[in-house]
Amino acid sequence: MATGVAAWLPFARAAAIGWMPVANCPMPIAPRDNSKRQDELIILNVSGRRFQTWRTTLDRYPDTLLGSSEKDFFYNEETKEYFFDRDPDAFRSILNFYRTGKLHYPRHECISAYDEELTFFGIIPEIIGDCCYEEYKDRKRENLERLQDDQEENKDMKLPNMNFRETMWRAFENPHTSTMALVFYYVTGFFIAISVITNVVETVPCGSTANQKDMPCGERYTVAFFCMDTACVMIFTVEYLLRLFAAPSRYRFMRSVMSIIDVVAILPYYIGLVMTNNEDVSGAFVTLRVFRVFRIFKFSRHSQGLRILGYTLKSCASELGFLLFSLTMAIIIFATVMFYAEKGSSSSKFTSIPASFWYTIVTMTTLGYGDMVPKTIAGKIFGSICSLSGVLVIALPVPVIVSNFSRIYHQNQRADKRRAQKKARLARIRIAKSGSANAFLQSKRNGLINELLELTGTEEDEQKLIKSTSLLESQHHHLLHCLEKTTAHEFVDEQMYEQNCLETVLQSYPSRSPSISSHDSSMGTCCGHRVKKNIPLPNASVPPAHPVPVHQGPLQELSAIHIQCSDPSSHTASRSTLNLKADDSRINCKGGRITTAIISLPTPPALTPDGDGLHGPPQRRPPPPSVSNSSTDVLQ
Amino acid sequence: GKRIVYIKYQIFAMYKADDDLEMTMVCHRPEGLDQLEAQTNFSKRELQVLYRGFKNECPSGVVNEETFKQIYSQFFPHGDASTYAHYLFNAFDTGHSGSIKFEDFVTALSILLRGTVTEKLQWTFNLYDINRDGYINKEEMTDIVRAIYDMMGKYTYPVLKHDAPKQHVDAFFQKMDKNRDGVVTLDEFILSCQEDENIMRSLQLFENVI
Repeated sequence: MATGVAAWLPFARAAAIGWMPVANCPMPIAPRDNSKRQDELIILNVSGRRFQTWRTTLDRYPDTLLGSSEKDFFYNEETKEYFFDRDPDAFRSILNFYRTGKLHYPRHECISAYDEELTFFGIIPEIIGDCCYEEYKDRKRENLERLQDDQEENKDMKLPNMNFRETMWRAFENPHTSTMALVFYYVTGFFIAISVITNVVETVPCGSTANQKDMPCGERYTVAFFCMDTACVMIFTVEYLLRLFAAPSRYRFMRSVMSIIDVVAILPYYIGLVMTNNEDVSGAFVTLRVFRVFRIFKFSRHSQGLRILGYTLKSCASELGFLLFSLTMAIIIFATVMFYAEKGSSSSKFTSIPASFWYTIVTMTTLGYGDMVPKTIAGKIFGSICSLSGVLVIALPVPVIVSNFSRIYHQNQRADKRRAQKKARLARIRIAKSGSANAFLQSKRNGLINELLELTGTEEDEQKLIKSTSLLESQHHHLLHCLEKTTAHEFVDEQMYEQNCLETVLQSYPSRSPSISSHDSSMGTCCGHRVKKNIPLPNASVPPAHPVPVHQGPLQELSAIHIQCSDPSSHTASRSTLNLKADDSRINCKGGRITTAIISLPTPPALTPDGDGLHGPPQRRPPPPSVSNSSTDVLQ
Repeated sequence: GKRIVYIKYQIFAMYKADDDLEMTMVCHRPEGLDQLEAQTNFSKRELQVLYRGFKNECPSGVVNEETFKQIYSQFFPHGDASTYAHYLFNAFDTGHSGSIKFEDFVTALSILLRGTVTEKLQWTFNLYDINRDGYINKEEMTDIVRAIYDMMGKYTYPVLKHDAPKQHVDAFFQKMDKNRDGVVTLDEFILSCQEDENIMRSLQLFENVI
């Protein structure tokens, strides 16, 4: 029962009194409305915008949030209203649903946001009214396509357990996944082009020899062309066989259009090999060579546009069929008319109706070769009608095909755009994530530096160093810190981690904890211990190729740009010297800061330290003795 | 008094000579709340509730027979309530204007829900007396009873026999037609109903509907 008419239920029940005298037996007892209360206004405060409605309006749909007791969870005692922290614009249509019984989809609303709202308020989207249902379904479908695209992108990620065959198939289908695939892609493309050009050049007259007339190049340089052809066909054969091997479903692959094109492209060659130079069959052999032109269709693997064209033609099959049919009809009609009109004239080229077909086609497509022209007046009249109608008939289905092509093309463009956007989006997300991670590390370092300063530094230094972290940030950082303490591990950034991995491999510092931050945290407290440990300085046995990464600005992609720092021995040496220096810094932090830093780690923009006070925590590589000057320069 | 408001389709009304168009484009406003309260047995609040429901379903302020049938049919999805709705419509439309205004609506409801037993029975008699001649004959009653049975639909238990309405009407006349003249007058009707306890009780059934 539509709840719009729920308001008329009292009337319907009252009208039932009309049955009473007719009835012969007693009526059942009417249900009591025990929760009888005066219909009251309910205030729904949605993010500050107040909506008001009658309680009975909401009670119409008891299986939704607003109609059930679930809304009591949102009741605000002080203000005596129901508060929802949701989008007030979307709430309009939801409340209208209660009022009118019809759910409308506002066109300017994002489909996922709207769906979320509906889910929150417990309304199933299937009841969207007919007026808005089409639009809703369209948008939903688009959204689904987008999600599917995303999923397909994820599938591009190399699955760890792909066997060789699957890898190969993926390489064939998506050339951009690996370098080898790209190479293969370009090589095959090149050879297709070579093959097509060869076929074309073969027939060009090459200049005459002494006693023969102009020969096509193919006959003059038979061997060369044969070798070229052989090479191309070999490549194509190998490619086909590889694809066949790698295909997940060989039967399906063999049935696909592209594989048929491949086969048709290379088969003539093999047939030609097999056939002898028999005169009878050489005619047929020549015909077979025509099929070599199919190699050009192999380009459709390389060209998106070609594929779209093919797909368009497939999807416009009905329009094309209609075009063909109407053309055929028109051709037959006009050919007949022209034949009989021109029958009278002498030396008429319109010898039969099929002969007139040629004239009709040429005229209707406005080609007008002029090899057949009507001579009688009637013929000319009908000829002009024919050409006029030809324009019409051909022009009619063309817009449909064009619009189909445009739609599919734009769909593809959208897919490409989405891919590019996704890349950019992922990059942004990466940066943001690492930014916040860096922020945490940064704040930790700052905290430690503050500790150091408390020990030694002057007031102004402290002022400079104390970053204004928001309460939220500090709470978050505190949380991360607690986690660190809980797990007895610490957060590091990527580069540090890589270095630490290398170091643990080198096993130079057995007693070292793999993270710099712990180093930091222990700085203030157990630095002294560290220093006292007799850590041997490594010699130059460290491989020179040890990269010391440098952070770029946070706005760059975080593919680590590794640059070779100074002598790696000094790197490992620097650790111990770092300790030593840190020891010094306890006494004179200022000096320590300057000398311990060579590389400036990028700070997230929000936390850029002012001045050059702190360009980074003391985990920076202290300079090897030879370049200690440069470090100070870097800092200043 | 009644105010009939012509909305923007006035221009169309000029071109179209249809009276129907004027009728459907008319927006009706009921008499004031105070007047209605005086005329009926409803309180102001109840009238407000009723009007809101009325106006919600019929924004133009009047109900024509089609809409009336549609609304009523929605309460009885099993069968065909259109015939009975037709009779109801005629009973509500006391002015025979072809449409029910809110005043008619609320007046009838007032009788049905808040009226005296006699008033209710009078209204019911009016409903049964299709041609409004003051007598209920067998044909009229058969029509009414058949309309009521139609609302049941096809799937009933026990299965609906074809002559069930007729039997029902015979029983009815047996009870109501005191002087066996083949018709039931208002007085006979009221008397007979007052004698039947079941009917008396069932008339009070919907007192608290609002």
